[in-house]
Amino acid sequence: MRNRFQGTKINPTRYDRSQIKFFAVLIPLAVVMGLPIVYIFVTAFKPTNELFAYPPRFFVRRPTWGNFAQIQAVMEESGIPMTRYLVNSLSSALIVVVCTILMSVSAGYVLAKKRFRVKKLLLELNTVALMFVPAAVKIPRYLIMERLNLLDSFWSNIVPLLAMPVGLFLIKQFMDQIPDALIEAARMDGANDFTIVRRIIVPIIQPAIVTVAILAFQNSWNSAVESTLYVDHDQLKTFAFYITSLTSGSTTNVAAQGMAAAASLVLFIPNLIIFIVMQSKVMNTLAHSGIK
Amino acid sequence: MSTIAKREPRPRRRLRLDVSVPIMLAPFLFFFFVFIILPIVIAVGLSFTSFNGVQTPEVNGLSNYVALLTQDTEFLRYILPNTLKFAMIVGPFGYLLQFLLAWVLAQIPKGSRTVLALIFYSPSMTGSVVTAVIWKVIFTGDQNGYLNYILEKLNIIQEPVQWLQNTSTILPIMIIVTLWSSMGIGFLTMLSGVLNIDPELYEAAYIDGIRNRFQEIVYITIPSMKPQMLFGAVMAIVNTITAGQIGVDLTGANPTPGYSGSTMVTHIDDYGFLQYEMGYANAIAVVLLIFVFILSRVVNKFFAEREED
Repeated sequence: MRNRFQGTKINPTRYDRSQIKFFAVLIPLAVVMGLPIVYIFVTAFKPTNELFAYPPRFFVRRPTWGNFAQIQAVMEESGIPMTRYLVNSLSSALIVVVCTILMSVSAGYVLAKKRFRVKKLLLELNTVALMFVPAAVKIPRYLIMERLNLLDSFWSNIVPLLAMPVGLFLIKQFMDQIPDALIEAARMDGANDFTIVRRIIVPIIQPAIVTVAILAFQNSWNSAVESTLYVDHDQLKTFAFYITSLTSGSTTNVAAQGMAAAASLVLFIPNLIIFIVMQSKVMNTLAHSGIK
Repeated sequence: MSTIAKREPRPRRRLRLDVSVPIMLAPFLFFFFVFIILPIVIAVGLSFTSFNGVQTPEVNGLSNYVALLTQDTEFLRYILPNTLKFAMIVGPFGYLLQFLLAWVLAQIPKGSRTVLALIFYSPSMTGSVVTAVIWKVIFTGDQNGYLNYILEKLNIIQEPVQWLQNTSTILPIMIIVTLWSSMGIGFLTMLSGVLNIDPELYEAAYIDGIRNRFQEIVYITIPSMKPQMLFGAVMAIVNTITAGQIGVDLTGANPTPGYSGSTMVTHIDDYGFLQYEMGYANAIAVVLLIFVFILSRVVNKFFAEREED
């Protein structure tokens, strides 16, 4: 009496004709959702005459690197080379990623595996903070940064992004699965907390670390908010900010479209590659990320 | 024998002061308090004052809140309805879409699922900066805009429409763009939630008399992945509210033309950074944070695991 035809279809191992209806929904939707992404790729390589062409053509006919060269030229005129913005973005993103991971792993370890008084309170506070909307508190953050002398410096793009409740949450949830006995055994062997985290915890929670690293990277790499609000000098701003300045104003300038698409591609590609390489780890982590 | 062996290690551990607890917590807690808790406290404090960013804040009691609810005609006529309309559509509809897509993706084999999930996830990966670049061009107001060109070709419109300057089209465009980019981490979480449900649960349910896919979703899938559903819901709320910014990104102006694409997050910026009425801006921020908090409580109630814990 086992009903084989319905209940076993979640996560099927191979293609079956009964899946056609699902593909019929998914593929058109993927095309529609994917087109705008394809647009960045094709437009970035369009020569000027194709950008101006009427009727507008979606795909590029004679791809060139012209738009990238033009960004370089425009930037040289303004005295700040493109590499400067890219270095700013890359260095601040790397610092954000490394610091977020270090802080979240050590705090996550304590919250998952130790007993102390305010633990429950802290965990609840962090869960509530998942709902935190940074966009609502730009002004107080500005005032705080001003007091701490962090405005208009290299650190302006970094410090507001370091505390990441989602990061701590994902890492802590993942750590919860590590059996306490494993840690007890290491402690019996004389390992201290630092050794336990480095030798036992980190290898096991590596998927969660990768996931949080990706999220922290995206948070920092894609963001223009910090540069807009907290930084005055152009040489300290990030590449994402540079893109917003290319396309600012209500009218879209066609020549700038090609440059903006090229710059967007530069911003998008690292996100895409990192995610593709790491996606199985991300999925593994998110399976444990429910709020109970 | 066994009682002695059991009892021995416990009292010791409790007596010893574990120094690694404060040391390992300190860095995270420092940034958490300085950049999350403290800003909220300051926002609440300043919301009861009149503050232009330079002079000392002057306490004025509840007058910011009173002004917000009685005098700010833009807020009452445009901002609040816009925010509600935007949130009511993008939030629930986006969330439903995320769940349904996750569920459908779970019905196909791994290889094609991974590719399709990547395509759905990509828009959320682009971030608001690139999103604005893309959609500004699609909705360009002259005949070079893709949408204008297509609609003209199909004879639906006679002359180019200024999509991003037209007060009646901005909000729908914001909704479309935000839905497009809403398949983020919440969506991936729900996808892995569906995939991790024990297949035996389904088999048992069919033996117990479940008859179709719909019943399967209602009685097995959703109850088995409540924690992931809740995480997805919280992410959906936060992302929806934050995405209220997209109107300003797309039109390139704050306030947006005729306030038609302005929401509470952009209204905060308008008062805070453009008009330097920071006390008032913070009152709006506090109202927004309370709004988000209440919404989150509601979804929490909805998906909370009532059994143990």
